[in-house]
Amino acid sequence: MIFQDIVFYFLAAILLLAGLRVITARNPVHAALYLVLAFFTAAGIWLLLEAEFLAIALVLVYVGAVMVLFLFVVMMLDINLDRLREGFWRYLPVAGLIGVMMAAEMVMILGVKNFGLGRVAPPAPHAADYSNTAELGRLLYTDYLLPFELAAVVLLVAIVSAIALTLRERKDSKFIDPAEQVKVKRNDRLRIIKMDAEIEAKVDHVKGKR
Amino acid sequence: MNALQIDLISALPELFVLTMAMVVLLLDLFIKPGARGVIDSMTQLTLLGAAYLTMTTASQGVGYAFSGMFVDDTLADVLKLMIYVSTAITLVYSREYLIQRHMYRGEFFALVLFAVAGMMIMVSGAHFLSIYMGLELLSLSLYALVALDRDNARATEAAMKYFVLGALASGMLLYGMSMLYGATGSLNLREISSSLMESSEHHSVLVLGLVFVVAGIAFKLGAVPFQMWVPDVYHGSPTAVTLFIGAVSKLSGFAFVVRLLAQGLDVLAVDWQGMLLIMAVLSIALGNVTAIAQTNLKRMLAYSTISHVGFLLLGIMSASMNGFASAMFYITAYVMMSLAGFGMILLLSRKGFEADKLDDLKGLNQRSPWFAFMMLITMFSMAGVPPTLGFYAKFTVLQSALQAGFIGVVIFAVLMAVIGAFYYLRIVKLMYFDEPKDNTPIKSSTQMKTVLSINALALLLFGLMPQSLMSLCAYAISHSLQ
Repeated sequence: MIFQDIVFYFLAAILLLAGLRVITARNPVHAALYLVLAFFTAAGIWLLLEAEFLAIALVLVYVGAVMVLFLFVVMMLDINLDRLREGFWRYLPVAGLIGVMMAAEMVMILGVKNFGLGRVAPPAPHAADYSNTAELGRLLYTDYLLPFELAAVVLLVAIVSAIALTLRERKDSKFIDPAEQVKVKRNDRLRIIKMDAEIEAKVDHVKGKR
Repeated sequence: MNALQIDLISALPELFVLTMAMVVLLLDLFIKPGARGVIDSMTQLTLLGAAYLTMTTASQGVGYAFSGMFVDDTLADVLKLMIYVSTAITLVYSREYLIQRHMYRGEFFALVLFAVAGMMIMVSGAHFLSIYMGLELLSLSLYALVALDRDNARATEAAMKYFVLGALASGMLLYGMSMLYGATGSLNLREISSSLMESSEHHSVLVLGLVFVVAGIAFKLGAVPFQMWVPDVYHGSPTAVTLFIGAVSKLSGFAFVVRLLAQGLDVLAVDWQGMLLIMAVLSIALGNVTAIAQTNLKRMLAYSTISHVGFLLLGIMSASMNGFASAMFYITAYVMMSLAGFGMILLLSRKGFEADKLDDLKGLNQRSPWFAFMMLITMFSMAGVPPTLGFYAKFTVLQSALQAGFIGVVIFAVLMAVIGAFYYLRIVKLMYFDEPKDNTPIKSSTQMKTVLSINALALLLFGLMPQSLMSLCAYAISHSLQ
């Protein structure tokens, strides 16, 4: 037991530190990398909880796919940190007050008093041939069928909306719509601008000097 | 029949709407841009078919499916029928607006159907997980719908705000749900209710969870102090989408509150009554006072929505059958009123012109006496002037709050409603006593004009005889909540 405790506190300490650095790091790339670290340690804690499949999925999906994509996006965007940080001091009093209040509430309630082993008995250890993955699969397709299928629909909506919001006709396409061509008016092709008459600069005396 | 067959039959309307949403999405690829009307009619037929399926699978009792995650009761059936009708009306009102703004695309209809499916799941949710998934399906479709007019900077900004704050609200809701799960050991609303009945030893954990759940609910409904997104989103969205968010989605919001608070957490009523009381009072006050300062009609209606949400919470706060029934009556009335109100903006809008300023209503009586009268009924109903539906809605809600013993709050709400009457009556003054700014004739399809007229006249008709609607709401509530 003592070994597991040590591993837990070790991972939890790194997780908290990494989480803190995600929001305090000045460089967004560093923040994203700290997030990767946070995911890794969280996966370690899940392993301690005997949720092996979820731990592996977290590393594979979040670290392997989502965070790589995220890093690409962060690198491509030119994020102006000073603009992001402006107004920080102005909002700090209110935001800090609410944050402290919420943290105080959580400290008061979340703890051994309400969630300790005295309140909730530790789960019985599983048999040696117990398969976490098989059990998850069984639950997903029986008891949790409805939310599982709904999650698929939510993903479909996400795909449809992403395409609907970003797909445009190719700008370099040479296709011409004859109907649009016929409809064209003079004003679409020719723009008459009102501007002051040009006055030629006097350069005579400069020439004369030479 | 095995268990899966029973599950599938009770969720038949949902499955039908989801399937048709995908059919619409695929069919759109094979249709010429000029023939989008086919998609429109198919969406309307889907709603009709879903209504038929809901009617035929309706039962007197309460049936559970999908391991207790899905409930088929009278409340769900009635609310689903209301959702179909109001969505169909929304689509009729939006047609020309969408065509003029190049948004008459297959995605619009597919996303509307997905949103409808999400609402149906929420309305039939009996489990934290299924309610949450329904909510996410609805919200995600709505974010995309708001941003669909993608070259409009204001619409994309509104979508961004809606998305970020909506995600925050979902996070809060989930956190609260996880606390409730920790304290009761279940996500199923029935099991939560019965385990709370037996013992509430983890009271402090329960209240912490409840605070977060109520905050999440308030965010989604747009109640003060979580109302910041409402005016911006209402103002920035294309009016057709504002109509959908403002009217139809509020029906699912009502079901969301009733399922979570009245069915799952009914034992904690004493705790959430206080929270709802504060939010109701603040919403009514802030909504009515801020609406006075608005010059944009959509923003004004957004603040009026906030005050209406306050009245809705006042009904739910009574925590009695009577209170829930009056809240349901209120939300039905509100949906009809906002359909008519936003429908009028859509009627007056034309290509390149949004009739969303208060000044655009000036002298409407000279341009079209009939529609000025329809707007008059709508505004009177929103203000709560008898004999319109809005009056009875406010009346029943205040009555149930009075029965629950909140006399001070009722007096305050009446005073605020009187203040609120000012900005509704200002519109009447603009329509009847000011000179019109532009005299462009109102061009619109006969279909839209007919439906809008029926919509507005229904406010008067139900106001004259509210018993039928009231007894329907009381029946649905008393047969679904124990």
